[in-house]
Amino acid sequence: MNLIHIWVFLVGLVVILYVMLDGFSLGVGLLFPGAADRAEQDVMVGAIAPVWDANQTWIVFGGGALFASFPMIYTVLFSALYIPLFTFLFGLIFRGVAFEFRANSHKKHVWNRAFFGGSLAAAFAQGVTLGGYIEGIRVKAGMFAGGPLDWLTPFSVMTGVALTAGYMLLGATYLIIKTTGPVQERAYRQAFVAGGAVAFFLCIVGIWTPYHNPEFVANWLSRPRIYGVWVFPALSVASFVLLFRHLKKRSEIQPFIWSLMIFLSAYLALQSAIYPCAILPDISVVEAASQRETLIFMLWGVALILPVVLGYVLYSYRVFRGKIVYGDGYE
Amino acid sequence: MDVLLLSRIQFGLTTAFHILFPTLTIGLSLYLVILEGLWFCTKNEMYYRMYRFWVKIFAIHFAVGVVSGITLEFEFGTNFARFSQAVANVFAPLMAYEGMTAFFLEAGFLSIMLFGWKRVSPAVHFLSTCLVAAGASLSAFWIMAANAWMQTPSGYALVHGRFYVTRFWDVIFNPAFPTHLTHMLLASYETAAFAIAGISAWFLLKHRHEAFFRSSLSIALIMAALVAPLQVVVGDFKGQNVARYQPAKLAAMEAHWDTNTQGGAPFVAFAFPNMAAEKNYCEITVPDMLSLLITHSLSGEVRGLKTFPPEDRPNAAVTFWTFRVMAGIGFLLAGVMLWAGLLAIRKHLFDTPLFLKTLVVVQPLGFVATVVGWITVEVGRQPWAVYGLMRTRDSVSPIVAGNVLWSLGMFLILFAALGGSYFYFTLKVLRNGPDADGPATHPDIPPPVSGETETTNAAGLEVAP
Ligand code: HDD
Ligand code: HEM
Ligand code: HEM
Repeated sequence: MNLIHIWVFLVGLVVILYVMLDGFSLGVGLLFPGAADRAEQDVMVGAIAPVWDANQTWIVFGGGALFASFPMIYTVLFSALYIPLFTFLFGLIFRGVAFEFRANSHKKHVWNRAFFGGSLAAAFAQGVTLGGYIEGIRVKAGMFAGGPLDWLTPFSVMTGVALTAGYMLLGATYLIIKTTGPVQERAYRQAFVAGGAVAFFLCIVGIWTPYHNPEFVANWLSRPRIYGVWVFPALSVASFVLLFRHLKKRSEIQPFIWSLMIFLSAYLALQSAIYPCAILPDISVVEAASQRETLIFMLWGVALILPVVLGYVLYSYRVFRGKIVYGDGYE
Repeated sequence: MDVLLLSRIQFGLTTAFHILFPTLTIGLSLYLVILEGLWFCTKNEMYYRMYRFWVKIFAIHFAVGVVSGITLEFEFGTNFARFSQAVANVFAPLMAYEGMTAFFLEAGFLSIMLFGWKRVSPAVHFLSTCLVAAGASLSAFWIMAANAWMQTPSGYALVHGRFYVTRFWDVIFNPAFPTHLTHMLLASYETAAFAIAGISAWFLLKHRHEAFFRSSLSIALIMAALVAPLQVVVGDFKGQNVARYQPAKLAAMEAHWDTNTQGGAPFVAFAFPNMAAEKNYCEITVPDMLSLLITHSLSGEVRGLKTFPPEDRPNAAVTFWTFRVMAGIGFLLAGVMLWAGLLAIRKHLFDTPLFLKTLVVVQPLGFVATVVGWITVEVGRQPWAVYGLMRTRDSVSPIVAGNVLWSLGMFLILFAALGGSYFYFTLKVLRNGPDADGPATHPDIPPPVSGETETTNAAGLEVAP
């Protein structure tokens, strides 16, 4: 039993790590059309060039870990959300090759567009996937039993837009750290606008979700959860206040940190409503989990290997720390 | 068209597209390790410039390899959900381990490899190259274990249509795995070596940067000479492994219909196998040869395809020909290396235009052999998703055909566009050739002294006048 809960925690951790890390890479892609000229575009690409691939790898590992630990979530979700998931993948494909091809191309505008379009498709489709998941999935005998367009609702479109705004916020606050001059100046303004949009959407989601899923409210109000869950909206409000305050003060590091906190608190609030459900409305994590031996085998890997991975990913961030200087690409 | 057929077409298409790129990057990363190692030891600037040239090719292939690979991992859930749910306990941890051990290693150190020259010491840079190469081969380890398990499942218990692990060691080291992995790694090294050799030979024929490409060619030829003969030997081992554990596949690959009761089984060298008629048209055979190859005796018994019920037979027309194309290429490439050995002894390796032209022509054959080899393996496994235990038709997702038609159409458009651009950029990098007279952009290499009159610099590259 405990083993399953460890895996709920681990998969949850990998998902939020992916969302925060690739979120800022995708966000930079979303803000890309704002760049005034080639030099600014190069600075923006340079800010994420050394890290985007490792950031994206979290979804590869997340997919594998979900498949191995909760196969029922993996198979039901992926059959049900076929179209948004493939849209997400097509977006990642465009975004990924745009980096490499742009560097070798004379017609940069084509790949600039691919970079933006890919990031947009990936971000929006991820949000739609989230919305589709929250709305619940029809399951019979452990298999998806709904139609191909069940996921397409006003709610999921709204979560798509909301997540896109959220990624813009992460992208803008990351650019504040990595850049100087006009790019940074613009990023401050973009962070302001995106922050406002995220606040607006979180309010809507906060009202619409419980309306959609009344059981969420019951979950939140159940004991002992009621003692803990109020922390998340409080954290969220505090993070917004600090975000805007630090944007006004032109701090460089803090806006990014508080943007991450906004994501984290929203994510935890959601998880605290869903848990211990694996697939809404009524498949539990225990039903969805794989065999005990498999969970143990995987736990060994996570305990021994993941710390090393985190170590060298941090090392890589350290190697590429500091501001991107105009006209000085990496060599 | 039904969901199953469309999903199979899509899976085959996306893996075949994907595998072209890892095949090159696994081999090329090893080549880069050799180059940087040589530079590290000799401090000869030419090796540094060679690295900088070949790493560009590596980066393009790596990017396309990564993005095409991610879709594969998702396709198990989207298109083969029943299969995935049945095998998850056994099969999925291998893919999760691949992510943990291999993909993070590659992605984490690739950026240092590409952008880190000025930011880390040469030793750390070299270590990064080694780790990226190790990651690439490790990824082959896990994914080949997963695929080999589908061919020769072991270490499991099957309860109510679900697979449970009894021993992970047996799952990973299943009977097909050792030859499966070795053959694939050798295929990568061989394909990359012949690709590098072909490109280098092309430059030598054009008389551009001769010293540089003579050196590139020598290293590639040494790699190819070690690997090409070995691949034929490992291929023979593979054949025996298939005969032992997947006899229906072997019979289909060899278009061998009737079990030989008296005397040896003939080897069919050429034929048009027909599944409905259960026989071969226009066949040319070599007596007793198949028995000799499989059992190493002239009269050994080899089971024929007719001994399997019709619904358990893989398609002989496809596997017969894909197998022959692969093995043909294997012998051809080994032959080219024999010729190279003779030329090397007579010291005419670089000044025999016919040999150089041959290298240019055979350059894509490694990729061809890899793809047709995979088609042999996968079509030969049919009609089973897990050999002998779970049928392919029971493995598909409960989705509608329209979904798959849409994604398949998108893949076709996307791969045409991506494949076209990838090809264009690779050719462009090649046409531009190595950077001959730019600054070396490495802190350890002093800037060139101006006023030199030589036409080649220290790296053996022609300097623009
Ligand atoms: C023998 C080698 C081999 C084979 C048979 C396959 N792959 Fe692959 N794959 C690699 C060797 C590789 C690689 C060399 O490790 C790549 C290429 C570029 C890279 O970054 O890693 C890769 C990339 C790659 C990625 C992206 C990793 C990242 O983001 O860093 C995924 C998710 C997969 N693969 C998954 C698969 C699946 C599901 C396969 C089969 C169905 C498959 N690969 C066949
Ligand atoms: C990378 C090289 C590979 C190529 C070119 C390749 C090719 C193919 C082809 C042509 C098919 C369709 C076969 C048919 O339906 O007749 C197929 C199916 C399939 N392959 Fe592979 N394959 C590769 C690697 C792998 C690996 C490494 C795995 C597993 C880890 C795998 C798992 C599958 C599955 C699950 C199917 C679909 C179900 C089935 O048809 O049995 N393949 N592949
Ligand atoms: C005379 C030479 C060769 C022989 C006898 C041979 C034999 C085989 C056999 C029997 C299989 C199928 C095994 C199965 O179904 O499980 C196979 C698969 C394969 N072959 Fe070959 N082969 C030869 C040369 C080559 C060459 C030159 C390449 C590529 C450069 C290559 C690449 C592959 C690949 C990628 C596979 C599928 C993956 C794997 O099983 O490892 N082969 N080979």
